[in-house]
Amino acid sequence: MVDQDLFATADEGAELTALRASLARRAEAAGLLDVAYRTVDSPVGPLLLAATGRGVVRVAFAREDHDAVLAQLAARLSPRVLHAPDRLEAAARQVGEYFEGRRRDFAVPLDLSLASGFRRDVLGVLRGLGYGTTASYARVAGLAGNPRAVRAVGTACARNPLPLLVPCHRVVRSDGGTGEYLGGAAAKRLLLAVEAGSTAAGERGMVGP
Amino acid sequence: MEARTAGELEPFEAVVERHGALVLRVCRAVVGPDAADDAWSETFLAALRAYPALPPGSDVRAWLVTIAHRKALDAHRAARRRPVPAERLPEAAAPEEPVPDPVRDARLWAAVAALPPKQRRCVAYHHLAGLPHAEVAALVGGTPEAARRAAADGIAALRRTWGGER
Repeated sequence: MVDQDLFATADEGAELTALRASLARRAEAAGLLDVAYRTVDSPVGPLLLAATGRGVVRVAFAREDHDAVLAQLAARLSPRVLHAPDRLEAAARQVGEYFEGRRRDFAVPLDLSLASGFRRDVLGVLRGLGYGTTASYARVAGLAGNPRAVRAVGTACARNPLPLLVPCHRVVRSDGGTGEYLGGAAAKRLLLAVEAGSTAAGERGMVGP
Repeated sequence: MEARTAGELEPFEAVVERHGALVLRVCRAVVGPDAADDAWSETFLAALRAYPALPPGSDVRAWLVTIAHRKALDAHRAARRRPVPAERLPEAAAPEEPVPDPVRDARLWAAVAALPPKQRRCVAYHHLAGLPHAEVAALVGGTPEAARRAAADGIAALRRTWGGER
């Protein structure tokens, strides 16, 4: 006879919540928190933020499936993954300020280790695209040193591990179309509108993920 | 990003989510409610440290119970070097939690604490955590048959002293 509810008590839920928060802090202090994560609500839906000790390593939209993203981080970086909001406090606050139109640049360290080779070169170019500006896929390819790699730039944007913080949403089609986006075309239009100063995201209402 | 392949370790947070409550109950049963929080924290911190080397496909629950057993022994040794702590009142729960019943809980812990240590551990590891008697015996010492008897005697004693209240 197995009875897992044997010794269950009413204070258990509150106790476990406190214990788990304390575990995350102790893991950080002991150098065992390889990947910390939290979620933050935004006008483009809940965002997953994850950071290694080096910096923010992943931003994910809900449509990417946060559980699947965490499983990928466990497989690619380390299975020592814990919900630990403290490490991501600055990033979460700055994301909030960005959507309110009060922040133009993110001032948090980034860990680009999930991208390598040409994809990483493209991320470097994207980080140089200023707030409120856009560039075509072809122009980004040229800036990354391979003008003919337009499709590869599209792939690098589609697999950008750090959307928002590395602004792939500023890359648009040469014909003026918005183009595709990890978070959906509507999310991309909203980000560009926020940066054009035509709206603070909150005034425009929610855009589903 | 590549898809996760079968046999890879899941994020440790999922391990805490799935087994955290059970490990807390095991710790409470074995070391009592006052020392259980420390035992739980030490167990999961040690597990987090060792987790990347855990062979995929392992029985994570049995692995955690084994660690909890070792941490409970550590706590027990430390407690013998300290004066016995005063009785602690149960903490108030968050509003959305079920209403705590301090009288019921206190009687439960008194009943558990009255068991001999080996019975207490055999009840926790077998009836609560679901470990086979052979694995329980490997933790507490003695034969699987002795572990089976200790678990059965412990459960019978609990039923006598407290069983009517669940």
